[in-house]
Amino acid sequence: MSEQYPAITLLSPFFSAFLISLFGAWRKKICLPIVIASLAISTGTGLAVLSTVVQNGEIIYLLGNWPRPYGIEFRIDSINILFVLVILVVALMAALYSKESVERENSDKLPSFYILYLLLVTGLMGMCLTGDTFNLYVLMEVSSLTSYALIAMGRKQATLSSFNYLIMGTIGASFYLIGVGYLFIKTGSLNMVDIQQIIEARGLYGSITIMISFIFIMIGVWIKMAFFPLHGWLPNAYFFAPSAAGCLIAPLMTKVGVYVMIRMMFTVFGAQYIVVHLGWTKVVMFMAVIAILAGSILAFIQVNLRRMLTYLIVAEIGYIVGGIWMMNEAGFVGSIYHVVSDAFMTLCLFLGAAVIGSKLGNLEIRQLSGLYRTMPISMGAITVGGLSMIGIPPTCGFFSKWYLIRGGIESGQWIYVGALLLSSLLIAVLFFRIIETAFFHKIESEHLHVEKRAVIIDEVPLLMLGPLVLSALIIIAVGILNQPIALFIGETAKQFGLN
Amino acid sequence: MNGWEQLLDSVVARFNYWVYIVLMMMGLFAMIAKKNLIKKLIGMSIFQTAIILFYVSVGVKDNATIPILEDEVANQFVQSAQNHEPRVLRNTGSPIEAKRYANPLPHVLMLTAIVVGVSTLGVGLAIVQKIYLEYGAIEENEILARIDSEDE
Repeated sequence: MSEQYPAITLLSPFFSAFLISLFGAWRKKICLPIVIASLAISTGTGLAVLSTVVQNGEIIYLLGNWPRPYGIEFRIDSINILFVLVILVVALMAALYSKESVERENSDKLPSFYILYLLLVTGLMGMCLTGDTFNLYVLMEVSSLTSYALIAMGRKQATLSSFNYLIMGTIGASFYLIGVGYLFIKTGSLNMVDIQQIIEARGLYGSITIMISFIFIMIGVWIKMAFFPLHGWLPNAYFFAPSAAGCLIAPLMTKVGVYVMIRMMFTVFGAQYIVVHLGWTKVVMFMAVIAILAGSILAFIQVNLRRMLTYLIVAEIGYIVGGIWMMNEAGFVGSIYHVVSDAFMTLCLFLGAAVIGSKLGNLEIRQLSGLYRTMPISMGAITVGGLSMIGIPPTCGFFSKWYLIRGGIESGQWIYVGALLLSSLLIAVLFFRIIETAFFHKIESEHLHVEKRAVIIDEVPLLMLGPLVLSALIIIAVGILNQPIALFIGETAKQFGLN
Repeated sequence: MNGWEQLLDSVVARFNYWVYIVLMMMGLFAMIAKKNLIKKLIGMSIFQTAIILFYVSVGVKDNATIPILEDEVANQFVQSAQNHEPRVLRNTGSPIEAKRYANPLPHVLMLTAIVVGVSTLGVGLAIVQKIYLEYGAIEENEILARIDSEDE
């Protein structure tokens, strides 16, 4: 039984989506319990897989027992199981939060919302687990299509933003597909490890076809993960999405794009190819620096809390891409660790923004005044998320930036280190502006006629508050557990030939 | 041979790839430059079809037939299956010459890609319909003008 856990992890949300489509219209109340139960089953089996990977190293799971390179295999090493668990935990939190918000925002489409929700989680997990390049394309489209539909359920301009996302996302996925096509021409294989072995055995490193394939795949993936000049679709799509869908999509979609980039760079093409044969690390590092600065500055000039968070995602992607393209162990560990911590930070802040939005109806930063008095617990959790974005110990944001800076110094990327510090400074100003408004400014909102000095606690229901507080606690827990997590990631970094 | 003739030769020799590139550029142009949302979706469809064409032409070989085993080879294969021997093709006496059959794998992959393309188009059309119901227009600049007037 336990050897089937990888498949159960993936298929439990998948089949539950069909369960909802069968019974959801009949009893709307059973949708959410099914979602939570299926995600809990997946998390349980995922944790079991994690413990096996910790003890025995890489797991290979053959779907339908067809051997490589004929069948599709799951290869599970320390990185993908980490990504899968992050996806599941974020999905569980967002699902808990979604109860109140979906009933308010999308009550007529409740079953379809949860069907799309589970299929999105399936697609994201599948992208992380699969060891087959074409299978990855299909799962990428599964997750993208469901997220287009989820975003289009949102308010106001959601449909138009979702349409733009669809156009950009399709270009990205198609570029990826062209890249895979060129790889197939040259190697005749679709299995990631098999492609790597064929490229190495036949000495195809100098081939122009392989280079074109690499370029196509990278541009495709960069569109999917909103790497700076290609980020245009992201802010509007995440801003107008329904709040529960935003809490799921914003932390995860871009991060899984990062995973695909890592898998392609290190498992398919190999670190040696990128460092020795391409030698473009400087160009990409420069792009990452621009992404960091542009993302932070664009976030800095926003007046709406949620829109500001969407631009912060763009800056964080710059950090992560820079860390990976340093091509050394510290940078790699820092990047993966930053993916994990950024997923939880983004979750915490988006949940926080959604919670405040449900009370105030408006998220302009200057209207947040006096929130510490009325919503102390929510604002406390948001503060933890903000401190982690800035990078203050013991939150996880500090440790990931620590590794990124160490990697930058080891590889002599001083501009990157400078950009990272400058952007942290900007983010610090940005969050302290929010904290100041919420803590010191007097309450000016019209609908809160509060006596001066009076303490009136007006918190949201427990089911909305719980996930927010939990995500803040996870941020601190991931920060405290930095040592084992970094060692765990480091094992894979060594396998990839980084030091 | 001058440059033009070389170019012409390479166009003729790799005609299918040139067609794929031209179609792809047409699709990409429509997706990015057209203001009409339906035209954007048509561009997307052309773009995806170009990729399908590319994959299909990858599987083609000169003087090759469809990938179905011919009689004598197929008979041996069936016999070995009846005798409960392991179904390994190279055990069947006369080896199968791979160059005589077109590569079926890219074609099978494209069946999946067609399904993906159809569903993307479906989602896109549904979203355009929702946009039309909301704004009464499918021209991007008209929609943006309407959004601006709503904000004021």
